[in-house]
Amino acid sequence: MTTVRPGEAPPAGRGDSERPVRPNRLAAWRRSDRISVFGPPVALVLLIVGFSILNPQFRTMGNFRSILDTAAVLAVVAVGLTFVLMLGAIDLSVEGIMAASALSFALLIANNRNEIDLGFFAVVLAVGIGAVFGGANGFLSTRLRIPSFMTTLGVSAIGIGVATVLFGGVQPTIRSAGVTAWATGDIVGLTPLTFVALGVILLGVGLERYTRFGRYARVVGGAEDLALLSGIPVRRYKTLVFAFAGAIYGLAGVMVTIKLGSGIVAVGSGLNFAAITAAVIGGTLLSGGRGGVLHSIVGVLIVSVLANGLVLIGVDSNFQTAVQGFVVVAAVAITNWPLRRRLRVVK
Amino acid sequence: MTVQEMIAEPPMLEIVDLRKRYSETVALDGISFEVRRHEVVGLIGENGAGKSTLLKSLIGLVQPDSGEIRLHGSKVKLRSISQAGAAGIGMVFQEQSLIPNITVAENILLGSEGSGVRGGFYRWKELARRAQVQLDKIGCDIDPRAITETLSFADRQLVEIAKVLAIEERSNGEPVVLLDEPTSVLDADEIELLFAQIERLRKHASVVFVSHRLDEVLRISDRVYVLRNGQTVGEYDPATTDATELHRMMIGRDAQGSHYHEDRQLPVAEAPVRLRVTGATLKGVCQAVSFEVRKGEVLGLAGVQGSGREELCRALFGAMALTSGEIAVDDKVVNFSSPRPAIREGFGFVPAERRTEGMVATMSVAENITLPHIASVSRGPFLDRRAEATVVKHWVEALRVKTPTTSAPLASLSGGNQQKAVLARWMVSGDLRVLILDHPTRGLDVGAKSEVYRLIRDLSDQGIATVLMADSLEETIAMSHRIIVMKDGEVAAEMACDPGAKPSPVDVLEAMI
Repeated sequence: MTTVRPGEAPPAGRGDSERPVRPNRLAAWRRSDRISVFGPPVALVLLIVGFSILNPQFRTMGNFRSILDTAAVLAVVAVGLTFVLMLGAIDLSVEGIMAASALSFALLIANNRNEIDLGFFAVVLAVGIGAVFGGANGFLSTRLRIPSFMTTLGVSAIGIGVATVLFGGVQPTIRSAGVTAWATGDIVGLTPLTFVALGVILLGVGLERYTRFGRYARVVGGAEDLALLSGIPVRRYKTLVFAFAGAIYGLAGVMVTIKLGSGIVAVGSGLNFAAITAAVIGGTLLSGGRGGVLHSIVGVLIVSVLANGLVLIGVDSNFQTAVQGFVVVAAVAITNWPLRRRLRVVK
Repeated sequence: MTVQEMIAEPPMLEIVDLRKRYSETVALDGISFEVRRHEVVGLIGENGAGKSTLLKSLIGLVQPDSGEIRLHGSKVKLRSISQAGAAGIGMVFQEQSLIPNITVAENILLGSEGSGVRGGFYRWKELARRAQVQLDKIGCDIDPRAITETLSFADRQLVEIAKVLAIEERSNGEPVVLLDEPTSVLDADEIELLFAQIERLRKHASVVFVSHRLDEVLRISDRVYVLRNGQTVGEYDPATTDATELHRMMIGRDAQGSHYHEDRQLPVAEAPVRLRVTGATLKGVCQAVSFEVRKGEVLGLAGVQGSGREELCRALFGAMALTSGEIAVDDKVVNFSSPRPAIREGFGFVPAERRTEGMVATMSVAENITLPHIASVSRGPFLDRRAEATVVKHWVEALRVKTPTTSAPLASLSGGNQQKAVLARWMVSGDLRVLILDHPTRGLDVGAKSEVYRLIRDLSDQGIATVLMADSLEETIAMSHRIIVMKDGEVAAEMACDPGAKPSPVDVLEAMI
C-alpha cells in the first residue's frame, strides 16, 4: 500500500524509514494503536482456527455461509451504531426504531391486514420512519441538551409503543413470495439480505472515510469543544448522525421482518446490546473518536462466530450465555490492554 | 523605526483603551498597545492581570465593553474565531486545540477545507496538498497524513502554528499570530526549536508572545508590555531592561531575591540522613541511582525529559515498583509496593498534573485536605465532621489558603491556593518526613510561586526531606541545597548549592545534555 488510509494508524515502517525516529512517546502510541487495530482480527482468526480444530463441522463452507447470513442484521445495526459511538454518544433506541419500522413495513407491503402494497416504496418509508425517530434522538440530545443515554431510551419506548399500536393484536403477515425470497434466495450460497448488509457496510466505510459527515463525526468524538471552537456546526452533524443511524436501524427492522415473514414488536430484541458489544470488541470505543465501521464488523464476526462455534462444540445451551459473556470480557480486556494507560483517568 | 515611517505605515494591530468587566471583577481596565509589522511583542503579567481576557477578545471569544481593536489602521469587530481568522488574527492555544484522532491535514484546514472537500466528499490528495502549503511555510517535515496524536507535543505545536498561518490565505495580508504560553508544555530542546520558528514566523507575520517566563520573553521579543490589574503598566525594550525590573512591574512591588526566600535556606550539612536511596533501578528507565537527603534538605533533581527522574520519584512513593535497589527512611528499609504504605511512613507526593492527579476538583477544600488521612478525622466508620473542621481550619490558616469557606469546591480556587491545599494534605498527619514535589509551581503566577517557595522553606525548617523537580533551572538552583543531575537514567553530576555560591544554570544544563 502506498498511501496512508485516513482514519487508520499509518502503516508501521513507512513514516519510520523516511525520517528520523522521534521520541519514545511516539513509539509507544504507535505500538498501542497497532495492537488495537490488529488485535480483534487476530482474535477472530484464532477463534475460527480453534473451533475448526474442535469440530470439523465448523469449517464447512455451509457453516461459514450460515454464520454470514446470521450476522447480516447485526452487522447492519452495528454500522449505524458505530457512527453514534464515534460521536462519543450512545444509542439505546435500536429496538424501538426497528419495531416501528418493522410494523410499518409489514403493513405497507402486501399483507393479510390491509389491501396496501407499496412494494419497494414500503422499504423506503420504513427506512424514512427510522430516520425520523433517529432525527428525534439527535434533536432532543442536541437542542434540549439531554444525554443521549436518556433520549434514546425514551425514543426507543416511543418506537415500541407505536409498533404495539400498529400491531393491534393481529400479527401482519407478508403475502408476497417475491419479498420473502430475499431471505431465502441464494446468490453464491448467501441470501440476498446478506448482500444488502454488505452494501450497507460499504456505504458506511465510504461515508466514514470520504465524506465530511463521517469525518466530522470523528472530529466531534475526538474533541467536541475544539470542534465548536473551529466553527463546525456540531449540533447539525450530531443530529444527522443520529438520523442516519435511525434509518439504518429501520432497514434492519425491514430485513428481520422479511426473514420472519411477519411484523412483530420484538423484532430487534437483544440486538442493541449485541451491537454495542460487537462494536466495542472490534475497537470502536464508547468514549468516541476511535475505531470505525470495519472495526465494528470484525466485532460482529467475533460475536457471531462465537455463538455458532459454541453450539457446534457442544457447549450445554444452559452455559452458552455465560461462556459468551466470559469470552466477551476477555476479548475486551485483551484488546484494550495497550489502551489502559490512556483509559487511566476515565471513570 | 523613525517617526516618519510610523506615520506612513499604521501598526498591524492596535488596541485602544479596551475594557471588559464581568459582574464584579474588572478584567480589562483600559488596555492599549500596538504590534508593528514583523515584530515580536512580549506580553507579560500575573494570573488575573487580564492576559487571557485580552487574547480572547482578540480572537472573538470575548466581546469587550468598550475600546477599539484596529487592524491595519481600521477598526474591526470580532465575533468568532473564524471572523478573527478572516480578519487576520489567529491564536496558538495554551491547551492545544488540535483534534487528536484525525490527520494533521484535517486539523490544519478544519472548518475551512476549501477545495479539499467538494459536495461533502473529501479529496484527500487535495487536502494534503493544501495542508502541505501551510507546513512548508514553517519549513517542517511533518507528514500531513499522520494522525495528530502520534506526534510529539513539540510537533503538534508546529502544526498549531501552521494552522494559524492558514488564515493568511483567508485574510488579505500578513497575519497576527498570538502565542499563549507556548513554552509551558515544552522541554529545553523543544523551546529552542520553537524560538527558531518564531524567528522564521517574523518574516511573514507579526507575533504576540505571552509567557510567564521572563527570560524567554526578554530573549525573543522586540518590545515587551507589562500588564497589571487589567492595565498596560509599562512598555520595555529588552535591550535596556532585565527580568528583575519586569518582575517588579508585574507584581507591583520589589520582590527581588526574596522571591525564592534564599535567605531562609537551612544549613543541613550536620543533619542526620532522612532518606537514603541505594542502587535504585527501574528496568529500562534508570540504573543504580543512589543519593541521600538529610533532614530539612531540599534535593533538586534536574534532567531532561526521558532522564528517568519522574519515574524514579514515582517509585520512591510506591506508585511504581523498583526492579532492584533499596529505599530507607531514618535508617529503616522501606520498599513500597503501593502509595498506601508510603503515606503511612510519612511520604507525601505532589504530582505535576495538579488538575488530574493532584486533586479531586469537584470535592471541597476540606475533603481534599483530609483525603489521605481520613482515618484521623473519623470515629469508627463515621466521619467526625467537627474534628475535620478543626484540622482543616488549622491548615487553611497556617498555609494561608485563600478560600471563601472550607466547603467550597477545590476547583473554584486559584491555582496557587489549590496547590497550597494539596500541600496541606500531606501536613495533616503531623508525621510528614519525606516530600516529593513534581513541578509544584507549574502554571502558577509569580506571587503564588513565591508562596509555594515559602511553604517549602517552612517544611524544611521542620526537618522534612524534600525531593524537588522544579519548573525551571533557576528555580531548581535557588530552592535546592544540592542538585543531582540525571541523564539517561543515571546520576550524571551532583552539585552543592549553598546560599551565595549557587552554580549557574549553564553548569547544570551542561551536565543534563
